Amino acid sequence: MNLLTVSGSPHVHADQSVRKIMFGVIISLIPAMLVSFYFFGLSAIILTLTAIVSCALFEFLIQKYILGNEPTISDGSAMLTGLLLAFNVPSNLPIWMMVIGALVSIGIAKMSFGGLGKNPFNPALVGRVFLLISFPVDMTSWPLPQSFSTSLTDVVTGPTPLGIVKEGLKKGDAMADLMQQVPDYVNLLLGNMGGSVGEVSALALIIGGLYLLYKRIITWHTPIAFIGSAFVFAALLNLANPDVYVNPFFHLVTGGLMLGALYMATDMVTSPMTPAGMLVFGAGCGIITILIRVFGVYPEGVSFAILIMNAVVPLLNKAFKPRRFGV
Amino acid sequence: MKTFKIGGVHPEENKLSAGKPIEVFPIPQKVYIPLSQSLGAPSKPVVKKGDVVKVGQMIAQGEGFISSNIHSSVSGTVVKVEDYPGAGGYRSPAIFIDVEGDEWEESIDRTEALNKECALSPEEIVGRLKSFGIVGLGGATFPSHVKLMVPAGKKPEFLIINGVECEPYLTSDHRLMMEHGEELMVGISILMKGLGVTKAFIGIENNKPDAIGHLSKLASSWPGIEVHPLKVKYPQGGEKQLIKALVNREVPSGKLPIEVGCVVNNVGTAFAVYEAVQKNKPLFERVVTVTGKSIPTPGNFMVRIGTLVSALLVHSGFSAEDGLKVIGGGPMMGKALTNLDVPVVKGTSGILVMPASESKRMAEQSCIRCSRCTTVCPMGLEPFQLATESERAFYELAEKDRILDCIECGSCHYTCPSGRHLLDHIRVGKAAVAKLIRARAAK
Repeated sequence: MNLLTVSGSPHVHADQSVRKIMFGVIISLIPAMLVSFYFFGLSAIILTLTAIVSCALFEFLIQKYILGNEPTISDGSAMLTGLLLAFNVPSNLPIWMMVIGALVSIGIAKMSFGGLGKNPFNPALVGRVFLLISFPVDMTSWPLPQSFSTSLTDVVTGPTPLGIVKEGLKKGDAMADLMQQVPDYVNLLLGNMGGSVGEVSALALIIGGLYLLYKRIITWHTPIAFIGSAFVFAALLNLANPDVYVNPFFHLVTGGLMLGALYMATDMVTSPMTPAGMLVFGAGCGIITILIRVFGVYPEGVSFAILIMNAVVPLLNKAFKPRRFGV
Repeated sequence: MKTFKIGGVHPEENKLSAGKPIEVFPIPQKVYIPLSQSLGAPSKPVVKKGDVVKVGQMIAQGEGFISSNIHSSVSGTVVKVEDYPGAGGYRSPAIFIDVEGDEWEESIDRTEALNKECALSPEEIVGRLKSFGIVGLGGATFPSHVKLMVPAGKKPEFLIINGVECEPYLTSDHRLMMEHGEELMVGISILMKGLGVTKAFIGIENNKPDAIGHLSKLASSWPGIEVHPLKVKYPQGGEKQLIKALVNREVPSGKLPIEVGCVVNNVGTAFAVYEAVQKNKPLFERVVTVTGKSIPTPGNFMVRIGTLVSALLVHSGFSAEDGLKVIGGGPMMGKALTNLDVPVVKGTSGILVMPASESKRMAEQSCIRCSRCTTVCPMGLEPFQLATESERAFYELAEKDRILDCIECGSCHYTCPSGRHLLDHIRVGKAAVAKLIRARAAK
């Protein structure tokens, strides 16, 4: 008599796994990674590897020695957090700061809530904001891009385009003059500007985003609502007073907007469960981003906007239920 | 192309036996005929040890409104009436018969002649289905005569005929439509007469273009019967989804199809109705697909009820190995057998063998809130939530979140990247919530 396997139905499974999703996202970030390695050189590579390795290591250590669980770093989620964290900091950030950021991302933002799937806030963004508040100078000195360089020290730093506009307007400079100081739109799209490691090239990020849509890892709702609401809000301000409020297209291709809209706000764990919820979530992210950029102290507001909206997700999940059949 | 709107998945179809004509399966040497073969109360045996029975002779009688008669599928001697473990491992009474020859009741018309005219009145049709043990052959085995007895105040408008066969692997309905289309049309017209409706819609997924073409051609000479191709999407064979796809009406939560003027029957049932009414033949055999990637000769067989699954498997060249899974039904909703010596019953549409290498389900990981279960749920539920509520025994919450609306199609579990055994948890929750409701009603 042979032994039979018995289980409840269904007995077949879609070709899907957490690992496939996580590595799918990592693959989609390769274009942005290549651009940043080109512009920011060896230091960007080292920083990215440091973040990935430290995130995976911290998760492994916490699971093994504190939680006593079977480590699950092979699912790729900690590596993805590391990659996104590195993408959100300047490439000349001291390595030890990067390690601290990884500890905060994984230790505080992810594992203290119970690990994968349990964290209310995007771990990479929590790590980034922690670093921004703790090391404001290092986190806002942006190396300016150059073609590939292996030098780790010889970098020229300067403000990001968003910073140029913000500071300039504060000093009372004319908008037209400020627009002369920032790179043109082609360079902004390609990522030839000061900024965090992985956020600079809107084009590379959009290519990766299309891959995510094609692979059905994300849906269009959050990114379109995010980008759309930011654009509409910025356009209304620009229409009201073009001397004070910058062109809406400028907002879309600068700072972390594309990285945030396509990769951070679409994080499954920390975003809503229904399309309607995602639209509201994305719209909230877009509007808060522009509010912070235009009226806040910081030149950039994507991280804060997403974290604020992360906090609203449980309510959005209550408010926007799927449509029930026969009700 | 028509389909239902909310949710759904598209598992690999794997219709390995679609091109295999129905083969008459050899009469076995013994049969075990369970007394519980339909939804409702078990039937009461009317034969005892030592009795000699003929093919088609009633051997157990349905008691109560929702129950059904059972007939012998073979001729021979009753050996015993005894409890026997069924597909799920639970013991229930069965009649054991040793086969001698193949002697049929004389009243059964064994000719091939197509008998189109039905002289019976609607009441007589209902009576015939009841006494001839006709039940829904799509899987739920709901007694068919009950479906024709429309509750007071409800008016049936459409007869829906389910030829969807959305379960992967299964092809028994497909073959039946191809080979017994004319009988099917007569069966449908009898059901229409029994119900008093003038419209019948046959829903067939468009992965069966031959069946769509064949039945459309036949239906053109039957007023009121229409064939509708449907976009391939699981679980379109669920009656609520099929009604939505065909007539765009939603059966309200907790209600039956008659609430929206529909009565749904499977093509297999319509064929059984034809045989019962026009050929005086009780339901004692059915088409069963025997399939699986490791089965050398997958096929479709006309099998006598009570034939052992092990006999079907041996006939198909099956080789046993440790760890394999044998499923009664399709891979989405079928039940894994605990024992291969279980009999084919009225609800057995197929036997699917999965090799040991494919039989294990994924290990469960944490939910990553990807919302895919919610997207694919055809009832618009939140399976991740229901599963958690069930795990934590929050049954009141689960009831409020409509756990009883779950049709157990398994789309959530199928699609979950974390491999969560969502449907296992939800089933436990459904049982607990049903108990809760009964306790409340008893107060």
